[in-house]
Amino acid sequence: MSTPEPPLALLAELTHRCPLQCPYCSNPLALEGVEGELGTEEWCRILDEAAALGAYQVHFSGGEPALRKDLPKLVRHASAAGLYTNLITSGIPLNGEKIDALAGAGLEHVQLSLQDTLPEEADRVAKMPGAHAKKLEIARCVREAGLALTINCVFHRQNLERLDAMIELAVALGAGRLEIAHVQYYGWAIENRQALLPSRDQIEKANALIADAEARLKGVLLFDHVPPDYYARRPKACMGGWGRQFLNISPSGKALPCHAAETIPDLRFDNVRERSLADIWVESDAFRRFRGTGWMPEPCGSCDRREIDWGGCRCQALMLTGDAAQADPVCELSPDHGRILQMVKNEAGQEVPPFRYRRKAN
Amino acid sequence: MARVELNADAVPRFAPHVQFRFDAKRTQWVILAPERLLVPDAIAVEVLRLCDGQASIFTMVAALAETYQATPETLEGDILELLQDLMDQGVLTL
Ligand code: SF4
Ligand code: SF4
Repeated sequence: MSTPEPPLALLAELTHRCPLQCPYCSNPLALEGVEGELGTEEWCRILDEAAALGAYQVHFSGGEPALRKDLPKLVRHASAAGLYTNLITSGIPLNGEKIDALAGAGLEHVQLSLQDTLPEEADRVAKMPGAHAKKLEIARCVREAGLALTINCVFHRQNLERLDAMIELAVALGAGRLEIAHVQYYGWAIENRQALLPSRDQIEKANALIADAEARLKGVLLFDHVPPDYYARRPKACMGGWGRQFLNISPSGKALPCHAAETIPDLRFDNVRERSLADIWVESDAFRRFRGTGWMPEPCGSCDRREIDWGGCRCQALMLTGDAAQADPVCELSPDHGRILQMVKNEAGQEVPPFRYRRKAN
Repeated sequence: MARVELNADAVPRFAPHVQFRFDAKRTQWVILAPERLLVPDAIAVEVLRLCDGQASIFTMVAALAETYQATPETLEGDILELLQDLMDQGVLTL
């Protein structure tokens, strides 16, 4: 097999700890504890290796990366290594002083999550009173520090009707980008699917509203929107293709091709404590398994979209067909596509059950 | 905030937190922006290398016309369009 192209970005999951408990969190149900977390020196080494390997950007994420006291140090190290630095945060542990320190360390961009535009709804989803107000304050500090700001909101059946209010809020906060995310059904979201899954009607309205806002706000606000999977006819290229663009490091150092990859039972993940990033990228079993198109059975193997969507999401294929190597059943050409239709029919529009919140004991 | 519409007198520059750099490993110019990577084509690279926050679009067009031995009029429309698009994407600012 030929040597793969170098990765574009490193996703550095600094910790699984988080002050919030969003029921759609993409972290695994088995959250890693603080005891196993990589230390500052280990992360510095990984950042150097990622830059040497050819990555352009690092996304510091989690959990809540700002719970790590060494975050400014890691930002400084990454930016000295030549990486473009992004912070993906809930905002909760930050304040004006800490944001100024991060800006001074070379941080370029902050992606701040909001849960809703109604404070009481936002706080209910995050399960923390006052969270929304704190986040608005952090957005202001980010702009005052001169950093680029993206607002990220995960949409679901309980907040989609406030999509237009969120667009207005993003503009008012001085964000340059708005990421309209739809719940991805792995991790905690699977546990809460019925409480989250929107109806087809809600999605169609949202798509029209976004198209309209995008035209109206051209040159003011950039939109990053991936329509939700379950209502699509073809899957999305998960992570831009397995082992092609991203390298995700878990808090304890496991190198994952995607943050949900651990749900696939027979994949062996290397740890950055034992192998260099370059070795892992090129040789590790987990990265090679679904890289390229050689592993694909039909209908993907001979499909003319196989290098466009790379067969879709492996984790979703596993979850819905029991075999991670099958076509993503979101695809209409998949023999299992009917299962998605059936599930959507069964769950969307049913009564909204209470959330199972994301926390260690839950 | 409102959309900025460029004309030939405008003096565009890279927005803060946007980096335009040469990647020696892949031997290509890249634009790094919040969670985004753009790979400009050869013509865009020529234009962007003149984008220093001093030169007006008029000046840039004149310089390129000389390099490519073309008349400024034939280039101006395309260059304005290219820069407007990068402006709309938040890569450039005034
Ligand atoms: S989704 Fe919510 S709970 Fe999960 S890491 Fe992000 S802010 Fe924390
Ligand atoms: S058959 Fe496979 S490659 Fe073709 S569109 Fe469907 S998922 Fe993509």
